[in-house]
Amino acid sequence: MATQQTQVLGRALLTPAVALLFIWMIVPLAMTIYFSTLHYTLMDPESERFVGLENFRYFLTDPAFLTSLQNTLVLVGSVLAITILLGTPLALLLDQPVIGRSVVRLMVIAPFFVMPTVSALVWKNLLMHPVSGLFAWIATSFGLTPIDWFTDAPLFAVILIVAWQWLPFATLILLTALQSQDEEQKEAAEMDGASALSIFIYLTLPHLARPITVVILIETIFLLSVFAEIFVTTGGGPGMQTTNIAFLIYAQALIQFDVGNASAGGLVAVVIANIVAFFLVRVIGRNLEA
Amino acid sequence: MARKVTSRRVWVSTGAAWLFGFLIFLPILWMVLTSFKSELDAFAMPPKFLLFHWTTENYATVQERSDYLHHALNSIMVAGGSTLIAMLIAVPAAWSMAFAPTKRTKDVLLWMLSTKMMPPVGVLVPIYLIYRDFGLLDTRAGLVFILCLGNLPIVVWMLFTYFKEIPKDILEAARMDGATIGRELIYVLTPMAIPGLASTLLLNFILAWNEAFWTLNLSTLDAAPLTVFIASYSSPEGLFWAKLSAASTLAIAPIIILGWFTQRQLVRGLTFGAVK
Repeated sequence: MATQQTQVLGRALLTPAVALLFIWMIVPLAMTIYFSTLHYTLMDPESERFVGLENFRYFLTDPAFLTSLQNTLVLVGSVLAITILLGTPLALLLDQPVIGRSVVRLMVIAPFFVMPTVSALVWKNLLMHPVSGLFAWIATSFGLTPIDWFTDAPLFAVILIVAWQWLPFATLILLTALQSQDEEQKEAAEMDGASALSIFIYLTLPHLARPITVVILIETIFLLSVFAEIFVTTGGGPGMQTTNIAFLIYAQALIQFDVGNASAGGLVAVVIANIVAFFLVRVIGRNLEA
Repeated sequence: MARKVTSRRVWVSTGAAWLFGFLIFLPILWMVLTSFKSELDAFAMPPKFLLFHWTTENYATVQERSDYLHHALNSIMVAGGSTLIAMLIAVPAAWSMAFAPTKRTKDVLLWMLSTKMMPPVGVLVPIYLIYRDFGLLDTRAGLVFILCLGNLPIVVWMLFTYFKEIPKDILEAARMDGATIGRELIYVLTPMAIPGLASTLLLNFILAWNEAFWTLNLSTLDAAPLTVFIASYSSPEGLFWAKLSAASTLAIAPIIILGWFTQRQLVRGLTFGAVK
């Protein structure tokens, strides 16, 4: 029962945020659309001219686009799979009575706070270095040949680093959800002789469906634009093996200075993200009503 | 009998949890250990785990040679500044949506979130050119501005989630007693909103501190925060593991500690209350 006075005040208080976000959304987007129709390189600003949809044709038919789209999907998909398939058992484990649980939890969530540039450097040099890295030593101790991660499996190496950073997020959210599960229902099922496995399948898993959706959707937004990990470790290479869409557009804009083409790529990225956003907004919108 | 089984179960899950926790924490632990080694020990094969000559030399070197403090100060100012400004804009907005909702409130909230889904790389070119033309490249003000806008939707959402949980009855009681909006705000709302405000502030400080895309692309030296400072260690000539580890440890220590303190609120903030 808001009064007339609060209504007016409310609108006044809301305006700055709405106005700023509107400008933030519309100005760069409009400029990107404009640039995407130009032949425009920073190397030769004089050659600027209108080319219509030429940049889009060029960007979309460039084999680099398909490779980077594929890398993006593999990266997002693998990290999602790893974080959920490992995060769920980890959350279940942390939900058990564990001595020193708060310390374990601090260790588990720590990677989430490590800045991407740091985790990329530490993984690349201290862990994955083919000669002096910790992993190389572990491999040799077991009589195996150390893997030269960034030469032999560069995309997998990036996936491991990103998954390590996001595993805590999935675990933490699933753990929070588990702690709100109805204990009486579980106890009743146990009394009726249900096995741990069937309790998990019929009670716990359905309970986790919503938090898992939330994890998938939120991680997807962030994973679609993974940049620092690639920038610091591989620079997109070797060849195109670790170039995702975000890095491809970055390379075109700030390494090749091709603004027109990069802008077309940027708009393609916006469209891809919005397809994802469509689903996200629907799920979160539904939760808003609950 | 039942008790024995239970306690064995506790031991098994404790062992497994500690093992996994340790494995996940290992890269950070290894980084911290390496930061106390000499460069020679850092490269040693087989690796030296605890039995090495402990030294704080690397921290001193990082401090003096690479001007760590300059970048740390930039991080604090950029992350702090963008968070504070975002809060100043978001608190009134979230307040009005939570306490004076209209039919369009839900749409506005969803629209705000949708701006977060615009991938930064999609608008990098125009932002870069605007910044170049206005002389904002490599300035703290420029970074504060962009991080503030980037985090604003999340700040509004978090605050909205917290404000909505403040019981309306108390507000109505205060209004019945004739409290003005000003008094209501100061004596009733603010005390109840402080935990939410604090955790929003902290989470956004963490996000801004770790933000790498804009900081790497829009700053080089003067305004460069720790993300850029650390990235400079990726060049072969900058690569000394012990010093890299010391610099990394310095860069993440404050934020990890902050994160640990705010972990509970963090979950709620990041999921917008969708998971209780």
